[in-house]
Parts: sequence; structure tokens; C-alpha cells
Amino acid sequence: MTEQTVAVETPAAPPAVAEHVHGEGHEPGGHHTPEEIKREIRVYLYVFASLAVLTALTVWACYGLKMPVHYAIMIALAIACTKGFLVAGFFMHLLTERKLIYSILMLTVFFFAVLLWGPWHHFIDMIGHQ
Amino acid sequence: MEAHAHGAAHELEIPYNVHPRPDTGLYNAKLGIWLFLASEVMLFGALFSSLILLRTAAPTWPRGWTFLNVPLATVNTFVLIASSVTVVLAWANLRLGNLKWGRLFIAGTLLCALIFLVNKGFEYHHEFEMHRYPRTSNFMATYFTMTGLHGLHVLGGVVVFLYFLFPGAKMWKTDRARYTNRIEVAGLYWHFVDLVWIFLFPTLYLL
Repeated sequence: MTEQTVAVETPAAPPAVAEHVHGEGHEPGGHHTPEEIKREIRVYLYVFASLAVLTALTVWACYGLKMPVHYAIMIALAIACTKGFLVAGFFMHLLTERKLIYSILMLTVFFFAVLLWGPWHHFIDMIGHQ
Repeated sequence: MEAHAHGAAHELEIPYNVHPRPDTGLYNAKLGIWLFLASEVMLFGALFSSLILLRTAAPTWPRGWTFLNVPLATVNTFVLIASSVTVVLAWANLRLGNLKWGRLFIAGTLLCALIFLVNKGFEYHHEFEMHRYPRTSNFMATYFTMTGLHGLHVLGGVVVFLYFLFPGAKMWKTDRARYTNRIEVAGLYWHFVDLVWIFLFPTLYLL
């Protein structure tokens, strides 16, 4: 069977597309029943609540407390990384993604680290000169 | 003759836009958007790298919260997070076969994006009123470059979601699975825009 023959659906298709959108990656090789999708929706709402709480926490810690810059940087970046993990892991489904995506992202992380190495090296150099 | 034309139309169709390619395990648009997002990481990564370099090399560096509008930026952060949820809820509802709710959540995402841009407009207006321009200082140059580029990405998302909300939604009648996948791919882009803001907000406003 060719791809073209399976890709086209008619208007008479069943109402739920859950069974048709399979293997799209966030659950490799899996089909999704309406119950599973409804469970996913609950997870999205929990993640949303967590992100909102973490945002409030960042603002309170860095803006409300007006703490010294070194502590503020550590706290704000730790919370931002946690929020980033929640968005990437659950909303972008990276926790259950295909290996190919991980390979692409590992390469990206490597080059991103190279980009950050420059300023880091400069920073260490400056401390050495002081 | 008609059968021949029908066959030709099939040959022109882009393959693997619903079902995954056997070799990658992904449908093409999904692999494409992840490659695009990888390039976007490098784009914003270069800007963050420049910001760190400028900040560590400067004898003094202003703390954003002393003059930027933190409450408005906080509201914008909540708005973007909410829009990330609405876009996954749109996708989930489309997978359940519910176009009406899917479109409602797409409209919600669009509304959040517009609120974000309007708030950003107010912020820029205030900065200009206070005679703070990109040429004013390294901090302001960085602030306008990074938030401006991010704002352009939000604007890009607005165009995409407007298309899927109105003319693009016609595809639901002919190819539901493909339309659903399109929303997933647009959603991945949108989450990335949210992700960038998650790091921009504390870096520019709070530290």
C-alpha cells in the first residue's frame, strides 16, 4: 500500500481522529483512545498550574524580595529551567519523543554550549585578571 | 481519463504528512519543525550569548526591575503560558474529533498572542516616552533586540493561527488527520516561543 492511498480520508470518516493520528511521535508507535487523550488533557492542566505557580515564585523571589544579584540569578535560572523542562517535556512531548528528535536536539545542545563557552571563557578570564 | 487525472493528483501529493516515514518514525512536517526549532535555538542562543558577554564585560549593568514594567511583563508571562495550554487543548480536541472546541482553543491562543503583543506595545511606548531607545545603552539595545525578535515570532504565530482558524480549517472536511497534525506542528512552534520567553523574562526584567 502506498503512502498516498492511506493519507487521504473521506468526509465520511469517523468523528474521532484519535485512532488515525498514530505513530506521530509523542507516544512512539502507539494509538490513542479518547480516554488516553482525556488523561493527557488533565496532565496539561496540572502543568499549566505548575507553570503559573513557578512564574509567581520567580517574580516574588527576584522582584518582591529584591535579593542580591547572585542569588537572584541562581534562583531565577533554576526556576526557568524547571519551567522549560515542563513545557518541553509535556507540551512538546519530549519525554516520550522519537530517538531521531533526541539526536537533533543533542546536536543543538552541543552547538548551543559552544555558543555559551565564549562568554564563559571571557568571564573566567576576567576573574583571573582581577 | 478521469482516473488518470486522479492518479496524477495523488502523485503530486506530499507523502508522509499523516503517517510516519518508516525510516524516521515521524511524519515529515514534524521532523521539519524540529529541524527549524533547532536553528531557532541557535538564533536565540547567539543573542543570549551576546547578552552574557556584554553583561559580564560591563563595569555596571542595570537591573531591569528598577525601570522596566515588571507587573505588565508578568501578566504577559501568564498570558503566554495560558496560550501554550490552549494550543495543546486545541490539538487534543481535534484528536477527539471535536472541531468546534478545537477552533475555540485556537481562537483562545490567538487572543492570548494578541494580548501579549498589545501589552508589549504599551511597554515599548512607555520606554520611548522615557527616551529609552536601542541606542541609549547596551542594556536597552539588548532588550529591544531580544524582545523585538521574540515579538516577531509571536506575530508569525498570529498569522499561522489565523490561517488555521479560518481558511485552513476547510481541510478538516477533507483530511482531518492532516489538519490535526498541522495544529500539532504549529503548537510545537508556539511552545518554543513560550520557552524563549520563559528565559527572556527573568534575564531582562528580574536580574
